[in-house]
Amino acid sequence: MEKIAIEGSPKTPTISFETDKGFLEIKGRSIPENSIEFYKPLVDALEKYASKPQSATNVNIQLEYFNTSSSKCILDVFKKLEAIHKGGSAVTINWHYEEDDEDMLEAGEDYQAIINVPFKMIQME
Amino acid sequence: MMLDIYDFYNRMERNNIMLSFKGDITSELLTSILQIMESKLENLQEEPKIKKKVYNVLVECLQNLYHHMDEQQTTDSNNRIRAAIFMIGKVDNQYNIITGNYIQNPNVNPLKTKLDHINTLSKDELKDYYKQVLDNGMMSDKGGGGLGMIDIARKTGQKLNYNFMPVDDALSFFTLNIKIAQS
Repeated sequence: MEKIAIEGSPKTPTISFETDKGFLEIKGRSIPENSIEFYKPLVDALEKYASKPQSATNVNIQLEYFNTSSSKCILDVFKKLEAIHKGGSAVTINWHYEEDDEDMLEAGEDYQAIINVPFKMIQME
Repeated sequence: MMLDIYDFYNRMERNNIMLSFKGDITSELLTSILQIMESKLENLQEEPKIKKKVYNVLVECLQNLYHHMDEQQTTDSNNRIRAAIFMIGKVDNQYNIITGNYIQNPNVNPLKTKLDHINTLSKDELKDYYKQVLDNGMMSDKGGGGLGMIDIARKTGQKLNYNFMPVDDALSFFTLNIKIAQS
């Protein structure tokens, strides 16, 4: 299965999806004007991965900033993960936030309330 | 003209404007503005919490302008090019972000209704409303999801201060004044 490795930019995060290890990481900032276009390859890859997932899927989300346009796409990614979790691969979403960044913690809690997948809130530093 | 500029300078000085721009809002421009503002916030040695809040709200304000301009590549009866204005300043430990852009008259009431609704909501109600729009809301093909204003209200913890000024039969000028206080 195809791996995904997208290099970060000032407006977009670094994404690595190691399908053979069941590991997905989104790291950096996600503030593109057009986030649908940016997230499409990942959403498509998750769709494919869902048909033959690893027994466990670990997800690291470590975002410094994200805009509301990205927040919808991140939800799409999480919905795919929810389907994968339902399908039998044990998914864990590790939501990282910096100490004092209440907004980022709250954003994680918003997703946790919507998505039926175990979340771990991880405070950094 | 020289006097006008001096007057303009003094007004900006009084409001402690850090950066202002009037013109077409492009993706490249947003990248530059955000880079400039990030280094300014860095130089002011703002605490990370405030820095992040200001940056986040700035992104939403500017991208609102960007998406709006994109929809409306029109010129009015006088053939002026539709541009937007943006300013950010800091007075008495409070950041002020002001944006202004043209809006077609039929769109004034729906936007006003939406902003007024957001302004009636408490902190917890805003959180619920955000989740509701995030989960059920439709997304435009440009990626604007109608979440921007709710997010701004949530992050600033303040009412959205706005104004619509009628310009002519077709257009009004929409101004948004966002305040971010240092807690």
